[in-house]
Amino acid sequence: MKTAVLFSGGKDSCLALHYALKYSDVKCLISIVSKNPASYMFHTPNIKLAGKQAEAIGMPIVIERTKGEKEIELKDLERAIKKAIKIYRIEGIVTGAIESIYQASRIQRICSKLGIECFNPLWQRNQLELLGEIIKLKFDVIITGVFAEGIENLAGKRIDGEFLEEIKKAHEKYKINPAGEGGEFESLVLDAPFFRKRLDILKSRIKEDRQGGKVLEITETRLLKKEKNEKNEK
Amino acid sequence: MKNKLLIVSVCKEKLHYFEFVKPIEDIARGMAEEDIYFETRSYKNLGQEDVKKFDRIIICGTSLKDCEYLNRIKKFSWIKRHGGKILGICAGMQVICLLYGCKLEQKTDIGQRLISASKRFLGMEGWKEVYELHNYSIKDTTSLRKLFEVFSQGSIDAIKHKKKEIYAVLFHPEVRQKDLIRNFIRI
Repeated sequence: MKTAVLFSGGKDSCLALHYALKYSDVKCLISIVSKNPASYMFHTPNIKLAGKQAEAIGMPIVIERTKGEKEIELKDLERAIKKAIKIYRIEGIVTGAIESIYQASRIQRICSKLGIECFNPLWQRNQLELLGEIIKLKFDVIITGVFAEGIENLAGKRIDGEFLEEIKKAHEKYKINPAGEGGEFESLVLDAPFFRKRLDILKSRIKEDRQGGKVLEITETRLLKKEKNEKNEK
Repeated sequence: MKNKLLIVSVCKEKLHYFEFVKPIEDIARGMAEEDIYFETRSYKNLGQEDVKKFDRIIICGTSLKDCEYLNRIKKFSWIKRHGGKILGICAGMQVICLLYGCKLEQKTDIGQRLISASKRFLGMEGWKEVYELHNYSIKDTTSLRKLFEVFSQGSIDAIKHKKKEIYAVLFHPEVRQKDLIRNFIRI
């Protein structure tokens, strides 16, 4: 089945892409760039890098912009999916939804309206287990924003064994969603086994946002070639 | 003695396994201390002999667009002959109803809803949030009510066979109300 993956560039959409590549014929990525930092559906601090990530993966990408107004932004998503159906003849959408019924049911409704399949390969997964899987699969993931008490020091850190321990503690102490699906933290995937090139950050700084969260602002990146044995999935 | 649970997938696409079957496997896996053995099989290659060794069976749901199982109802004929406990979830409920001569009607529901559950149905009592994802609901007919105890609020949420331990829900308890699945595995 020809599919498109809803792609924010973070760990969940990249893991969903990993499954989609295994079990479907992925034709393109779809990214929604939202102007609204409080968007329930789409906002992520470094969404502007999605195009560069797509280039690193070697996959076409459909990018649609939205003002990020609640419910209206869904029309923008629908427009992007329609574009992917028209250009790439996709028959299904793959998402990285884990627990959020709010997000999942809205995407299900759009797919139902357009008569295409909707796949959620991470649905209901144990969130600490998912982080473990990302580490095991050797995804290189950096935390690009933290927006919850108790994890302020994690901005700019990599997702690794140490991060896993820290997030477990924060989960126990502050009840933080360990996958960050509720917007507690945001991530950016720099490399994964299906990337043909890896993303290298040249210039970045950690700054405080208006709500008191910490954001890793990335201003300059480049793509680096990978050694042959680094590419083992695509 | 171990509880022997069979999880039946009705998914056409492998990628749907992760959404509709794995969450149920994970619930069963999480009950390891309760001595539960489970296997997962596709409905496509399942016969009377295969289901014999299991004392309880869960028939999972699938995606909105996947209706292949509705055209292969004969593949589920073992349900009527099986003497153990059966729980049908969404697509599983539709299959059970069709096998017993009841009817479906086209009705799409997607999202969360509050229902009033009954203690008589797998110990679920009080107001519960459920997650729905279906294109067909169960038609409320006299033949359905003759065979099944019906739990409904506007539309039919759950049924229980009056003589057999066959339970079915139209919503997805693997998403909200995981305890319903745990209770079924325990009974």
